[in-house]
Amino acid sequence: MTRIGVITFPGTLDDVDAARAVRLAGAEPVSLWHKDADIHGVDAVVVPGGFSYGDYLRCGAIARFAPVMDEVIAAAGRGMPVLGICNGFQILTEAHLLPGALIRNNHQKFICREQRLRVESTTTAWTNLFEDDEEIVVPLKNGEGNFIASPAELDRLEGEGLVVFRYLDNPNGSARDIAGVRNARGNVVGLMPHPEHAVEPGFGPDSAAGARQGVDGLRLFQSAISALVGA
Amino acid sequence: MGRIVVEVMPKPEILDPQGKAVMGNLPRLGFDQFTGVRQGRRFELTVDGPVTDAHLAAAAEAAEKLLSNPIIEDVVSVTADPADGADAAPNPEEA
Repeated sequence: MTRIGVITFPGTLDDVDAARAVRLAGAEPVSLWHKDADIHGVDAVVVPGGFSYGDYLRCGAIARFAPVMDEVIAAAGRGMPVLGICNGFQILTEAHLLPGALIRNNHQKFICREQRLRVESTTTAWTNLFEDDEEIVVPLKNGEGNFIASPAELDRLEGEGLVVFRYLDNPNGSARDIAGVRNARGNVVGLMPHPEHAVEPGFGPDSAAGARQGVDGLRLFQSAISALVGA
Repeated sequence: MGRIVVEVMPKPEILDPQGKAVMGNLPRLGFDQFTGVRQGRRFELTVDGPVTDAHLAAAAEAAEKLLSNPIIEDVVSVTADPADGADAAPNPEEA
């Protein structure tokens, strides 16, 4: 069975939900501890949301230097699928596995809501089961989700097709409505909204199927399994 | 004990929501002469004994590696704090 690691840092909040999403997608979740110097032979890694080390310096800045991250960075370089969600996205940008940076929301407020997204890139390890330009809904909850990069870097991201998710109604001032990005190879993806909170009927966002029936997030995790099995 | 002061600021072209929030409130307190506020960070690093050039070089490296994110921030200065009686060692950032 595909084994997907989920890292827990001090201050991580969504590791249990991420592990649950991995299990519901059909893989075996493996808990990884921030002090672990190895990733126990997992096939993929999820860096979940929360407030790693309290985010006191900058979001993700201290977690990026956790012992477990050395191995995650090395494995990502070898092509292993890595997904960063929210604080995990911030950590992956601080680790330079993904471009850009996340700063405080333009309105200075923490925001928590169901968020509509458009899938802009389906050739990644985490989005291959989506349709091009498909609209999905997953929860969003952050205070520092404002994606930013230099204009030249933003042009490069657009030109090389590295934008993976775009907000349909930008909640925080993110440059060019960018909600998630990928690396060139497509094995590393990060996004601010939370797919792991939209994986099981009864516990997700509202959808056409009814209240709390949205499960759009599940396909990110199923995509990773698909990419690994097909590899 | 010597002290090194590292100052980090958001890059000029980067939106600074915290500075904007402060700016929004200054006129309410009667301070209507300011046209902008940018909010950065000041770090104070302490060392045993006086601050040396090697300390300053290490502080400059730490500032680039951890204390700032070069995508969104600039390291404005890395200086020995003269208030601690340390030798006025040159600032490697300005050298």
